[in-house]
Amino acid sequence: MSEAVSALNNAYAKGAITVQEVGPQGMITLRGDLSDAAFGAAVAQVTGASVPGQRKITHAGANAVAWMSPDELLILLPYAEVGAAVSSLNAALAGTHFLAVNVSDARALFRVTGKPGPVREVIAKLAPADLSPDAFALGDIRRTRLAQVAAAFWLTQEGEANLVCFRSVARYAFDLLATSAAAGPVGFFRQG
Amino acid sequence: MLTLQCPYCGVMAEETELHAGGEAHLKRFGPGSSDEDFETYMFMRENPKGVHFERWRHVNGCGKWFHAARCTATLEVFGTYSAQVSEPPQQIKDAITAKRPGWSWRNFA
Repeated sequence: MSEAVSALNNAYAKGAITVQEVGPQGMITLRGDLSDAAFGAAVAQVTGASVPGQRKITHAGANAVAWMSPDELLILLPYAEVGAAVSSLNAALAGTHFLAVNVSDARALFRVTGKPGPVREVIAKLAPADLSPDAFALGDIRRTRLAQVAAAFWLTQEGEANLVCFRSVARYAFDLLATSAAAGPVGFFRQG
Repeated sequence: MLTLQCPYCGVMAEETELHAGGEAHLKRFGPGSSDEDFETYMFMRENPKGVHFERWRHVNGCGKWFHAARCTATLEVFGTYSAQVSEPPQQIKDAITAKRPGWSWRNFA
């Protein structure tokens, strides 16, 4: 098999806030009945994490499960494990109404790191979402738009945000984040 | 700026995160229907100054379609509700009645 290459080859924008394209990152889109016990068991078996509540993301080591919509999850796990995970989901959920697709190569993942407040501002400047610590905390995921493209982001810890978008718009998203980061903090979120 | 709460993901989504889907609660008349019914279904739309029902899609979000009841004159939002209904639920009607007594829209009041 050919070597997997991430969208921007781990492009890196250095500064007080750094923006890096990380990857390749394994991702699976899983659709089905989120409230079904068998569905939850299949997710736990593959990731070790539980099915997240509305607009939440659950972690288990390097794996994560993100709530995308009332019938859709995004499973994040190491790139090399995706094939086996999809097979395992297909086996575990056979006979039920579900869909599991490997979307690793269709997406790009970015990491924005820096001081907690300014990191929130980098995204807040680009998205019509409330990034204040009260409205958006650890464990939350928000799907929205980043300027003109769809994106989803969450905080892995204060001062570190992850963001996924379609691979086809990876350069656009990276340039947006890098420009927003380079413009410096606004001082809107008084948090470190 | 119009802000609607998506009933599926609970996000207070502002207009640029949404896609407008036109008038709500249309009954489709397809092949086999009379010309009048088809014309009405195809072309005749409400254009009220006041209470209106619309379809919206949370396109840059959870991707789901939903319904919204709002006032076209003031942009006041009376509520949003599931797409899987053919008429507004009672609590939406009650919310409108509280603000706009005597309202009517097509067959609903």
